[in-house]
Formats: sequence, C-alpha cells, structure tokens
Amino acid sequence: MFWLNTKRIMRAGFLSFWRNGFVSLSSILVVTVTLFTIIALIFTNVILEGVLADFKTKVDVNVYFITTAQETDILQMKSTLEKQAEVASVTYVSRDQAIAEFKEKHKDDYLTLQALNEIGDNPLGARLNIIAKDPSQYEGIAKKIEDQGTLISGGTKIIDKINFNQNKDIIDRLSKIIAGTKQFGYTFALVLVCTSLLITFNTIRLIIYMTREEISVMRLVGASSMYVRGPFVVGGMIYGIVSALFAMLLFYPITLWLSSTTRDFFGGVNLYTYYIENFFQILIIILVVGMLLGAISSFLAVRKYLKV
Amino acid sequence: MIYFDKVSKKYSNDSIALQDINFSIAHNEFVSIVGHSGAGKTTLLKLLLAEEQPTEGSVFFESVNVHALHRNDVTKLRRRIGMIFQDFRLLPDKTVYENIAFAMEAAGRSDDEIAFDVPHVLELVDLSHKAWDFPGHLSGGEKQRVAIARAIVNQPDIIIADEPTGNLDPVNTYEIVQILKKVNDIGTTVILTTHNKGIIDLLGRRVITMEGGKIIRDDESGKYVL
Repeated sequence: MFWLNTKRIMRAGFLSFWRNGFVSLSSILVVTVTLFTIIALIFTNVILEGVLADFKTKVDVNVYFITTAQETDILQMKSTLEKQAEVASVTYVSRDQAIAEFKEKHKDDYLTLQALNEIGDNPLGARLNIIAKDPSQYEGIAKKIEDQGTLISGGTKIIDKINFNQNKDIIDRLSKIIAGTKQFGYTFALVLVCTSLLITFNTIRLIIYMTREEISVMRLVGASSMYVRGPFVVGGMIYGIVSALFAMLLFYPITLWLSSTTRDFFGGVNLYTYYIENFFQILIIILVVGMLLGAISSFLAVRKYLKV
Repeated sequence: MIYFDKVSKKYSNDSIALQDINFSIAHNEFVSIVGHSGAGKTTLLKLLLAEEQPTEGSVFFESVNVHALHRNDVTKLRRRIGMIFQDFRLLPDKTVYENIAFAMEAAGRSDDEIAFDVPHVLELVDLSHKAWDFPGHLSGGEKQRVAIARAIVNQPDIIIADEPTGNLDPVNTYEIVQILKKVNDIGTTVILTTHNKGIIDLLGRRVITMEGGKIIRDDESGKYVL
C-alpha cells in the first residue's frame, strides 16, 4: 500500500507540474533566482579568498643581515623560522643575489650604478624574506627574530634591520580590512540568502493559495492529508531540481565571460576553471538546497488548507 | 442511518444558521431538503460531513457521533459519503477519468479495481467518449455527470447532492435527477438539497422544508410548499 500510494503521489505531482505550465514556470524562475544568488555568493567567496590570499603574499617581512654575518648562521636562522607554525615560507637571498637584484632594479639609473662601482665592494648584506600565514602574526615573528639573532651568533648581533616596523601600519590595516571584509561578507550573504528564501516561500505559498478550493474538494472526497499534500511536495521538489539545473547552466557563459576579467582584476582567480573543477560539488549543493526549499515551502503552505 | 439530535449552529448572536434541528434518515431513502437561499440547507450538509462543528446537539451517522471522530476517522467517514456540489468542483488539472479515479485512489483501491470500475461508471453517466478530456472542455451538464460518477464510484452508503442542478438548464437538470433516482433505486441513500420546485414535484419523495434555520415541514411524499 505504501509503495502504491508513493507511486501515485509522485505521478500526481509530476502531472500537476507538467500540466500547469505557466504556474510551474513562475515558481521555477523564483527558485532559480534564489539558487543563482547562492551560487553567486559561493563564487564571490572564492574571489574574496583569492584576493585576500594574494594580498597576504604582497606583505612580507625582510630581515637584513650585516655584511659580515656568516651564511651558516643565516641558514640556521632560516631553518628555525621555517619550523614555526605561523611562518608560511622563508626565502634566503645571498649577498651576491642581493647585489644582482639591486643592479637589475637600477639598471637605468647610471648615477647609482656608478656610485656602486666606486664603492668597489658589495655593500649589501644577505637577507631573509619571510611570509607569514596571517598578517597579524608578523609582529610576533619579528620579535622572535630579534631575540634569535643574538642567540645564534653567540651574543653578536648579526641582524642589521627588520623592516617589519616600517610596514607595520600597512600590515595592521590589512589585517583589519581582511577581518572586516569577511565579517561583512558573511552578514551580507546571510541577509541575501534569507531574503531570497522568504521570497521563494511566499511565491510558492501564493501558488498553493490558488489551489485551496481543490485541496478542500480532495479532503471532502476522502483523501488523507498525506495524499493531498504529497503531490504538492513532489511538485516543489521538481521546481527545485529544474531551477538548480537552470542556475548551473546560467553560470557556464557567465563564468566563461568573467574568467579573463576576474583573473586580471583579482589576481589569479579564474572563475571558469573553478566552476568546471567543482561543477559536481556545486551542483549537488544546489540540487539539495533547491529540493529542500521547494519541498518545505510546499509542505508548509498546504498545511493551512488541510483543515477541512 | 443519519440522525440529527437537537442540532443548532450559530456563527454569532445575530447569525443563526440552524435552530434545534431534529430528524432522521433511513437506509435507501431519497430525501429532498428544500428552502430559500439562507434557509440552512448547505449548513446542514456541512455538519453531516464534519466540515463544521455544531454549536449544540449531535449528528449521528450509523450511531456514531460524527463530531467526536478523530481526524483520520472523519476521512474514512467521507469515503462512505459521495458528495455532489452545485459548482461541480472537479479537479481542473485532471482528466475526467483521473477525477473519478482520484476518489478510488483516496480510498486506497488497487489499480485493477480502478481500471475496472471507472469505465463502468463512465458508461453509467454516458461519458465514456469524454474520458480523457479535461473539465474545462466539458459543458455544465457533462461536468455534473462527472461529479456524480466521482461520487458513486466507491459505492458509498449515501449520496449528498447540494443543489446539483443549480447551474444547469432544464434538460440537463432532468437528466441529473434521473441519474440520482437510478442511484437510489440500486440501494444508495440520497439527500438532495434544492430550491427547484419542478424537481420536487417530479420526484414525489420525502420532502423536508426549511426556513430560517428551522424545519417547518417533513412530508413523506411531499410537494414543494414555500
């Protein structure tokens, strides 16, 4: 009996969806907008994370060593730093590399190069370029480096300078921007999704309102609540499935068009690649959300008219 | 079979739909309930279907108080009652066949039973050729015949027809009444509400006359007297 009723309910739900073309289309459009919003938020989050990750790599701390610092001491410090949990990477630039970079940077500056030649010796010391996992951790890293620099050389200071304090304001400001952007982003996303869900629920409720007479007839003919409600819930799930497919398809040309723009604009994030690589994961999320949205909206909307 | 015991229905102090209604209906009776609009005919039927609750009194169906039933039992009760409405109330998204089959599906009948009974009933109301049409493609008379088919397909104990000819022309009215008579002849109790004098005089069966929410006459072989 259960399977017979289930089969009948699913059949009735599908037929109702199919035969009420215009009404079904309206519902699908509304649910599609909601799911489109959710996918857009997913992509926006991807772009945001990409931009923030890119920003983080632009900020670093350089430790400049005195010209007489031993390479072994510097490499030992590098090794110690790399073991710290807050450090993402440490790059060693030797004195020779440093002078080569300097000459390359100032290759069009004749006067500077001439002055360098007159000095004769390499005036630059080696340096360590440190990138932290989070900008807020630079202060702690700089402090440790200062302490460590003295210990390694047996009491002699080998560090010439650490340019953290020069960049400190930028780093602090960047940390605040990142935290604020994330918080704003989550709040905005929540408000947008809730609004979309409410609009979708009300639309489906209106559609079911139009069928209230039929619902009362079904009850008077002797249909149980489940038998009356079931086809509407099935119809709602179909709205969700079709809308999910529409929304995903819409993003194919959109991400393709935006891919070059977003890559150049937001440093390294290719939306189209992300869309293709994560297609099935996003599709499953959107399908589940769409089906739940349609089913729950229909379930709640019919309840009022079953009291006959 | 049906017994109204001191039943009253008040919507407010100024709106009294039924006052102290007492009557009974036996098996296989054909009862017409007549009265002007607002006399309380439809309210009476709604109380029998448990669509509304009485303010006072009780309604019994086969010795069971209809309003003391659990929701699920009310659903089962309604399957024993075939309902015909003045405005047909067919399901517009379902074909004629599906509208009739719906009543059987709601009652939990098997696909084989449905496949056997529905064509039979369509033949009874002379609509076999319209089985796959939608209600929107039917005339008023045809719609009402579909409604009758839906009402009788589960072989209910009782048919309630609430002004079934109210929207029909005289020819269709006559046909509907003849179908109801035939249904009664094969053993189903029929309750018909109407304010059509011609139908009452044609039937020559028991007539309960209502006015202002009260029963003013109850004649075994009555005529339309208002």
